[in-house]
Amino acid sequence: MKNIFKHSALQKFIMILITYAAIQGLISAGIIDDYLQATLATICINIVLAVSLNLITGFTGQFSLGHAGFMSIGAYVCAIITINNPTAVGFIMGIIAGAIAAALIGAVVGLPTLRLRGDYLAIATLGMAEIIKIVFLNLEITNGAAGLQGIPQFVNWTWMFVFTVATVLIITNFLKSSHGRACISIREDEIAAESMGINTTKYKVISFTLGAFFAGIAGGLYASFFFFLKPDLFGFLKSVDVLVIVVLGGLGSISGSIIAAVLLAVISMFLQSFSEVRMIIYALLLIILMLFRPQGLMGSKEISLSVFKKLGLKSKTRKEES
Amino acid sequence: MENFLQQVINGISLGSIYALIALGYTMVYGIIKLINFAHCDVYMLGAYIGYFCMTSLKLGFFPSMVIAMLVCTVIGVLIEKIAYKPLRNATRIAVLITAIGVSLFIEYGTMFFVKANVRAYPEMTGFLAKSFAVGGLKITAQQILIVISTIILMAMLQFIVKKTKVGKAMRAVSLDKDAAELMGINVNSTISFTFAIGSALAGAAGVLVGIYYNSIDPLMGVIPGLKAFVAAVFGGIGIIPGAMIGGYFIGTVEVFVSGYGNSLYKDAVVFAILILILIVKPAGLLGKNTKEKV
Amino acid sequence: MAILTVKDLTKSFGGLTAVSKVNLELEQGELIGLIGPNGAGKTTAFNLLTGVYEPTSGSITLTKNGVSKEIQGMKPYAVCKDGLARTFQNIRLFKDLTVLDNVRIAMNQNVKYGLISSFLHLPSYLRAEKELERKSIELLKIFHLEGKKDELARNLPYGEQRHLEIVRALATEPSVLLLDEPAAGMNPAETAQLTDLIQYIRKQFKLTILLIEHDMSLVMKICERIYVLDYGQVIANGTPAEIRTNKRVIEAYLGEEVDNA
Repeated sequence: MKNIFKHSALQKFIMILITYAAIQGLISAGIIDDYLQATLATICINIVLAVSLNLITGFTGQFSLGHAGFMSIGAYVCAIITINNPTAVGFIMGIIAGAIAAALIGAVVGLPTLRLRGDYLAIATLGMAEIIKIVFLNLEITNGAAGLQGIPQFVNWTWMFVFTVATVLIITNFLKSSHGRACISIREDEIAAESMGINTTKYKVISFTLGAFFAGIAGGLYASFFFFLKPDLFGFLKSVDVLVIVVLGGLGSISGSIIAAVLLAVISMFLQSFSEVRMIIYALLLIILMLFRPQGLMGSKEISLSVFKKLGLKSKTRKEES
Repeated sequence: MENFLQQVINGISLGSIYALIALGYTMVYGIIKLINFAHCDVYMLGAYIGYFCMTSLKLGFFPSMVIAMLVCTVIGVLIEKIAYKPLRNATRIAVLITAIGVSLFIEYGTMFFVKANVRAYPEMTGFLAKSFAVGGLKITAQQILIVISTIILMAMLQFIVKKTKVGKAMRAVSLDKDAAELMGINVNSTISFTFAIGSALAGAAGVLVGIYYNSIDPLMGVIPGLKAFVAAVFGGIGIIPGAMIGGYFIGTVEVFVSGYGNSLYKDAVVFAILILILIVKPAGLLGKNTKEKV
Repeated sequence: MAILTVKDLTKSFGGLTAVSKVNLELEQGELIGLIGPNGAGKTTAFNLLTGVYEPTSGSITLTKNGVSKEIQGMKPYAVCKDGLARTFQNIRLFKDLTVLDNVRIAMNQNVKYGLISSFLHLPSYLRAEKELERKSIELLKIFHLEGKKDELARNLPYGEQRHLEIVRALATEPSVLLLDEPAAGMNPAETAQLTDLIQYIRKQFKLTILLIEHDMSLVMKICERIYVLDYGQVIANGTPAEIRTNKRVIEAYLGEEVDNA
């Protein structure tokens, strides 16, 4: 049993390494230009956002519409710290401080509001994100509506990749633990969970705080890669953006979120100059998904390496048969 | 003191508009437990329809408002039939996501056709352009119009809900959908009727806001919509008088924050009220707390 | 020494008093039946005992190792931690999770490793998870469910779902187990099997059991004492033989064939 675990962990590690090396190679060879690199960065940031929102909404069943709010906290804190300390150490400190700040706000907001059910929570989180946005619009240190410019750029593809992989691994590991299962049980049946000794409030707050933490990381990555911030970037539409990814991928599927993040980034790349059309397509996507495939692309299933193996095996046998 | 009374007058005018929108949220929530995100966009469409009636068709204010209400009614019913009805038995999260989708679709669909730029509502003429000085206070004819229209519409709504057969059906369905169905009430048409009334009120609010603020744009519904929802929650969602009280309260608070505090924070205060209400008394001012049956 | 003492427990919903001045006493190791016509307030009583509802008045005292603690008004998870576990009348499994996960989740309160360990899958995580799985399978074996540990709970046949609910409650390591109609919807053979299982777990885990059941054959066969609820009040309390002949009980059940069982 232990051997197999080690084996698949090793396989995973190799897969991750290959992905990194392949893209790094393409960048070095100049095949991935600056524009495509920006798309890659967007994909990574969206994966971090989607996976962390999925933890809150897909796995713990708490509908949050305020993810952009947490992201903006991470972004602004990281930006302000790196502006004052433009070194790699400053950036690392900034991104961690930003994530911690987002997590703290998440815990403070979550503690009272997570008692609310479903759509009430959605509205409360939406309200919270709007408040955060308005505060950033009015603070001096964030330069109000004009925003922050010239944030020192430290994040390159390597940093992006490291943070994204770390986020995905930490969240999947969490979900495979007793604590993670406690969160999932809240989604399944809150009353039963509580009757089985799960402190549902505690686990909701943990999930919410953890989700906010990684949204903060995503914000820090954004600030440092795109080196320009303004409060409007983190409005309701950004939260919906992330929600679309999570819903399309499947509430409760980490691999679904990753696939959807890539897919939607590609779609928006082609629709870049038609922002209205892009939003119309997003809107239709949401409606059609809910009407015809509410479980999203993946449902709550995960793609694992063994699935690839099975697929490989099937196609092999098919080939042999023919 | 004069300033204070002036703020009260402005607050009541703004509150009337929130109350009209909040009624749509509250009725729909009362009957199918859905936050109809698209409701604020029906209000936006109402403003645009009124705008085109007044500019392209050169109609007066009243015919324009009636047409806006009628068209919004149709739109509201269509939204319900196309997007929400197939999801009657889906999870609440699924319906809520659909509602967000419908809302975005209307907003950006409208933007696609009429472009994103802000349009100025036609100048009012005659009586509607007047303003009156009472003591040291300034009351515009538009404010009077808004308040009177709102009162008439609310009176009509109360009559429909309390005295008519379809109103009784609405109340029955909101109490217990299954039992109402067993009693021979056509649940689907009752729900459609609820959307129809709510949308008509939103359409009226759209036109009123157009003449009051003089500018409209495709995203104009988002923030007032949220505030109207806050108003509905404040009064107790699903409760019609609650939405009216909530609307006037939120309108007044907003005007006072702008008048005496910092107008930059007027939206933040409303959302803070929302979060506070949800924490302290989630059932709202007039609501009763309920607990899930085990 | 009574392990669970309920004094004057009352719950009103608005004007309706669902449970009125109920007194119960469960001795260590007893198997007690709680019966009564539909709507008598049995499940409400369970919900009060397990913290799902807060009582309007009255007290619930749990005594373990000579230490007494009033648990009324505590949150359900805290009540569970103190050793009171339950099953639900209308099965409330985690339907989209595996059988194993259903049991492991119920063991959450005894898990020792922290969040950091769960993020990084440190050795403490690996050790604890292994132990968790071993204990879960051991429990599942009692109900012959170990072979289905990777199936989704929703795909189990009805009878096995009821069994899994009991396993899940056992996984919380209770000292008092509340079973809400465990035999509902089962055929006589299944009920007989369940009867044996309840006897077995009671001995094996030194449990005190309170049982709501409509199946009189089961109640009369295994319960040492029976409380009868009607209109939220205890109308009788005694051995099965006493209850069988109690006039008030027969009246309450008018039309239901209590003596036929």
